[in-house]
Amino acid sequence: MHHYPEELVKELAVKAQQFRIQVLKMICDSQSGHLGGALSCAEIVTCLYFQHMKVDPSRPDWPERDRLLFSKGHACAMLYTALAHKGFFPVEELTTFRKFRSRLQGHPEPAKTPGVEVVAGPLGHGIAIGIGMAMAGRIPTSQKPSAMSAPTAMASTYRVYILIGDGEINAGVIWEGAMAAAKFRLGNLTAILDYNGIQQTGATADVMPTEPVADKWASFGWHVQEIHGHNVLEILTALDRADEVHARPSIIIARTTKGKGVSFMEYDNRWHGMVPTEAQYEQALRELEEGLR
Amino acid sequence: MKDEWVNMRLAYGQALVELGRTHPDVVVLSADVSNSDHSYMFEEAFPDRFFNVGIAEQCLVDVAVGLASSGKIPLANTFSFLFATRALEMVRTHLCYGRANVKLVGAYSGLSDSFDGPTHHSITDIAIMRSLPNMTVVIPSDPVSLRKLLPQVVEWQGPVFMRLTRNDAPVLFDEDCSPRIGEAVVLRQGMDLTLVGTGMMLERCLKAADVLSKDGIESGVIETHTIKPLDTQCILEAARETGAIVTVEEHSIIGGLGAAVAEVVTGSYPVPVRRVGIADQFAETGSHKDLLENYGMSLKDILQAAREALAAQKSIRNGPCEEPKT
Repeated sequence: MHHYPEELVKELAVKAQQFRIQVLKMICDSQSGHLGGALSCAEIVTCLYFQHMKVDPSRPDWPERDRLLFSKGHACAMLYTALAHKGFFPVEELTTFRKFRSRLQGHPEPAKTPGVEVVAGPLGHGIAIGIGMAMAGRIPTSQKPSAMSAPTAMASTYRVYILIGDGEINAGVIWEGAMAAAKFRLGNLTAILDYNGIQQTGATADVMPTEPVADKWASFGWHVQEIHGHNVLEILTALDRADEVHARPSIIIARTTKGKGVSFMEYDNRWHGMVPTEAQYEQALRELEEGLR
Repeated sequence: MKDEWVNMRLAYGQALVELGRTHPDVVVLSADVSNSDHSYMFEEAFPDRFFNVGIAEQCLVDVAVGLASSGKIPLANTFSFLFATRALEMVRTHLCYGRANVKLVGAYSGLSDSFDGPTHHSITDIAIMRSLPNMTVVIPSDPVSLRKLLPQVVEWQGPVFMRLTRNDAPVLFDEDCSPRIGEAVVLRQGMDLTLVGTGMMLERCLKAADVLSKDGIESGVIETHTIKPLDTQCILEAARETGAIVTVEEHSIIGGLGAAVAEVVTGSYPVPVRRVGIADQFAETGSHKDLLENYGMSLKDILQAAREALAAQKSIRNGPCEEPKT
């Protein structure tokens, strides 16, 4: 297990909060987008791209990169923000989000945006697509392996991470994938469930009760961890632990707050897809900036 | 035409194994019907490159998308109607919009799974798949062209839907034939009209041309093993040279080969087109032969469509009746 110095943890937490501010500006600027679920996954996405995952912005197609499947595609303002700040494309381009002719489509599209792994939008695809990616990492390739490749055929050269939402697990194909990932013993696959408790029309507990959610995944054969999803140290530690799980898939159930950081957006399903007024924007910005201190 | 019939499922299984030897990046996936479509033959030869995801067609397509994104060439296998209906959102979003290099092999297409009844018949799959941007639709008509087209399907850049029959198919082509994706095949020249057929209906087109010839009507026969991209040049040449077209497919008359041909012809060189296929309805349980005979795809149906197309052609050529002078 890695040791994470306090300064690093603080630095990542600040970065996540800065990304929230960026996302707020993008969505207000384009007058379109999904704030609530983007704000809830800030720390998770930041920890993945800025500490945990092996990626190289100068080589988005590097075969041995770790992959993040951003399955809750509607929250992609946060994904784009992390990718831009990581160096996959210019930060200035974030202002084109959801605009005509932009590379930053309303929902992720890999052919347009460097660093995006998979089309997402219709919910539920992430687990099953991640299975295919994780399998491909274990099959010997016809190309000559590079010096960095693992020596054995069954050892994967990369890991697959999948960010799913709690509303998203209403979809049946999630559970088809949950069974299949366990069957194929995919130890190189980690799902992170952004469990913010709210979906488009109300509380997850009312729309489609998912509890006991940890038991569900465990009974499907997954290694399960439950963490505080806004605590950077807990996220980093859980990701490390998931990497050490062999021969079965892993899920981190991250308990988060939808609309995190803006008092009037938290736990309110209306902020799934609503755009703030000017006054609301000013207040939200003030609160998020206070959170930086 | 030789009088030799071969089981297309067996031909597919054999072609898959051959493909596995020459194409190391090919992986095969199944939704637990591998002993139906004969992809089990690949599993026996290459167990490390075969994955059964269970009875979960949406998962089947998505897992294939993941494999393709990391450089594998996945062939996903299940019944044709399941790709076109249950897994369609996966196909549209990731194969067509996302351009995932996945090959769908639709088994038991048309009415060929006849005894299982309308729940298992696949009579709208061509229409559905053809309507999706970036999709390629390939339908081999005999075991020889199947073996020649399969490696091309794998080497084609982008998603392909390949539609196969469950039952025996006549051997129509010689070993030295060389079908190419996107190029129609002219099997017979004729001046009076053109029969355009695909899949299992090609053999009936050739038979119909023989019958018509005895009545002094010379019809050309074209095979469109690729419905999309359609060989529009070949279709338009036939329209210009013969002035009438009959399309024949084991599929609904809505949206399939007939529609594809009509779209091209009406846009560029309008001539009468008659479509042979199943009307806008579901069939029933029965033998494959009984269903084809009774649901609009018999030899008689083709002949009647040919005569109608010729009559329409004649009335166009004679022009409208002159207005009586007052």
